[in-house]
Amino acid sequence: MSEPEIALHNPAQTGLRERDLILSVQRGQHELFYELVRPYERRVYAAALAILRNEHDAEDAAQEAMLKAFANIGQFRAEARFSTWLIQITVNEALMRRRRERTVPMEGIDDRRDEESEYAPRDFADWREIPSEALERKEVRQRLAEALSTLDRKYREVFVLRDMEHLNIQETAEALGITVASVKTRLLRARLMLRDLLAAGWEQGWFSRLPFEKGNKPW
Amino acid sequence: MVVNCEQVWREISNYVDGEVDAALRGSMDEHFRTCKRCASVLAGTRNVAQLYGDERMLEVPAGFSRRLEKRLAKSAVTGRGWSSLAAWLIPVAAIALFTGALALVDQLTFKHPAKSILAEPGHDIPPDMLVVVSDGSKVFHVAGCPFIHDKATERTITAKQAMRAGYVPCSRCLRQYLKTGLTGQGPDDDNAEAEDGQEEVLSTPGH
Repeated sequence: MSEPEIALHNPAQTGLRERDLILSVQRGQHELFYELVRPYERRVYAAALAILRNEHDAEDAAQEAMLKAFANIGQFRAEARFSTWLIQITVNEALMRRRRERTVPMEGIDDRRDEESEYAPRDFADWREIPSEALERKEVRQRLAEALSTLDRKYREVFVLRDMEHLNIQETAEALGITVASVKTRLLRARLMLRDLLAAGWEQGWFSRLPFEKGNKPW
Repeated sequence: MVVNCEQVWREISNYVDGEVDAALRGSMDEHFRTCKRCASVLAGTRNVAQLYGDERMLEVPAGFSRRLEKRLAKSAVTGRGWSSLAAWLIPVAAIALFTGALALVDQLTFKHPAKSILAEPGHDIPPDMLVVVSDGSKVFHVAGCPFIHDKATERTITAKQAMRAGYVPCSRCLRQYLKTGLTGQGPDDDNAEAEDGQEEVLSTPGH
């Protein structure tokens, strides 16, 4: 297998500093726990939001997950990645809430479709890359978030854990309690659907202020 | 190996993740060079993963960090408070229980005379001096002392016998024999009744 093309950016600088913090908290310096989890708070919230789709519920679940991590920090073992452990606790908390509260809207028609069926991407002649600098604009980030929110649950959850939380395929499968094959299939579908949504967004003027050449569509 | 567009689309996500074997990768590379549509799909798929994988896409509501820190701090303080309290309470409670048990055994085993906190041993009391004791308290008096309790049970014994039995001299009628006697306060003092009453109350548990 070759190396992944996408450089997975790990937002947290794990290493000695993190290990020291974990040990300190485990030995009773509880006040250091926030310092330990602070680099991951946005990832924790995003994971909860992907599952619960409600900001208030996601924040509460994220806080609860942090508290559970704090309560169980003694059980954390160094062989695991702390960020993965934290995200898995969050996913468990969010899934448990969703089952308990049943407040999440019913899934759409697409979700009931057989995920094994083929998904044909739209026939765009070309694709002009949306530069990452565009993310500086809040409007662009909102558009991307809106596109993500339109995906059906099972695609959205896999996509968020894999492409936004940077869990690997196996970790994503374990966190969601699905097979590796399902993760791959759903991830493929999610990426292709988002590609199509963003391309369609161009037609709707989502990214009209980006510095592309006049008169040329990005595909 | 030659792959068609449908096969490429099916594997394009694995290709981006480096999850295809070398042979398939080579075939897909070749396909992308000749198929503009699939090259477009590949570019879009990569772009999507890169954009959403950017840290800037992880946004939290305003005040999220502050609220989280506050809740964690509250929990940590509560946790520490409980641990700290428990760390103190458990041994202290154990000691208190042990001491209490010893005191109870002591109380049940030995018959100590009940004494007031005001009671003091006498000094230089003539051992043969006749004093009056009663069942009302563990204080001995000179005959006629107005502070004798339960006069119906009073009896006369020597001071030596009284002290051996655990009686202490009256702070009123025998104050000259007390080292720190309540000097200047006679039986008519306002505090006398109160003190006597206190003595009685404080002596009660011994009976």
